[in-house]
Amino acid sequence: MSAALDLALCALILGVGLASMAGRGVFRAAIFFITYGLLVAIGWARLGAYDVALAEAAIGSGLTGVLLLAAHGRLRRLRAAAESLSRFNLPAAIAGGGVALSFGWAWFALPVPRAPDLTYALPQAGVGNPVTAVLLNFRAWDTLVESIVLLAALIGVWMMARDADWDAPLGLRYHARPSGVLASFGRILPPVGLIFGVYLVWAGAESTGGAFQGGTVLAAVGLVAMMAGIMRPPRVAQGAWRAALVLGPVVFLGSGLAGAALGAGFLTLPEALAKPAILTIEAALTVSIAVTLALLVLGPPDEGGQQA
Amino acid sequence: MADLATYILTASGLVFFIAGTVGLIRFPDTFSRLHALTKADNLGLGLIAGGVAFQTETWAQLAMLTLIWVLALLAAGTVAQLVARAALSTPEQK
Repeated sequence: MSAALDLALCALILGVGLASMAGRGVFRAAIFFITYGLLVAIGWARLGAYDVALAEAAIGSGLTGVLLLAAHGRLRRLRAAAESLSRFNLPAAIAGGGVALSFGWAWFALPVPRAPDLTYALPQAGVGNPVTAVLLNFRAWDTLVESIVLLAALIGVWMMARDADWDAPLGLRYHARPSGVLASFGRILPPVGLIFGVYLVWAGAESTGGAFQGGTVLAAVGLVAMMAGIMRPPRVAQGAWRAALVLGPVVFLGSGLAGAALGAGFLTLPEALAKPAILTIEAALTVSIAVTLALLVLGPPDEGGQQA
Repeated sequence: MADLATYILTASGLVFFIAGTVGLIRFPDTFSRLHALTKADNLGLGLIAGGVAFQTETWAQLAMLTLIWVLALLAAGTVAQLVARAALSTPEQK
């Protein structure tokens, strides 16, 4: 029974993935991509990797999907209409096929790496969730660089702004009727979403969850509030928002340097301080991830563009 | 007994999902498709959540299932309104 479910899931993932690439039109491809992400998330959940499933659903499918749709909307407004997409892109097909083939080759040819034994290391990590322990303690370096990459991406987006628009609020103008459904939704969702986002971060220490998943939920809450006209979109020059953007990387780097100063080594957490240090880093990272992701979706300041 | 309730409720939920999907594919315009998608699917989701509720072990799980259904209802209702309004202002889009 469960084998049938897994086989159907695999077939669906492959089919939807193909549809996303082979379909004509950017909009259709984006919609299939979102569906693909949700199916892959179910796949991760079937494998027991609930942290990855949450991250895939929230970031891979939800946030990336929204970014793709927003890009499609902008393209259409610029009438650089996406429909100029050629039906078959041979170099891309060769490159994609090559990557897939080499992964397949690596799977069969390379020896299976022995999973490191966490039995002794995990009790010293400060948190009970092995994924969080790896992300913020054993391999903190990767996570630090990831958080900085997000920031760099946002700066890249801001560089697309026109000089004249620089002081304008970020993103397009949203119009929500004051008593309309979106305004009501924007009032009902944030309390629930805030609790859920913070819960995801807090729960991440011991079970499924974490800064990236919780931060995405918080970013979505902020976006809904801004689209509903309840919260004003930030401006580039506002100091508090800029501080929120860099808070995570700064706290992360600071604790890494503190580890070095205490003699444990850069980004190495002493066992006694590991839990409070990880919780502090995660809290700061969540703020930065939430703000960065929300501002990425909002896009550069754009006074001229109109949003229906 | 609880298993039987789960079977019956999830099976009838699936029937509503299938009906909603058929409507989504077969109905002629955006508004009737929205009608099929939001009403039938939300009832189907409620029936499936009700079926799974018989398998829960704690009240917290039951509360989370309820929350999932209520949030899905809320989101579907809101999005249906927004899509319908967007469709009104651009009638030629399929």
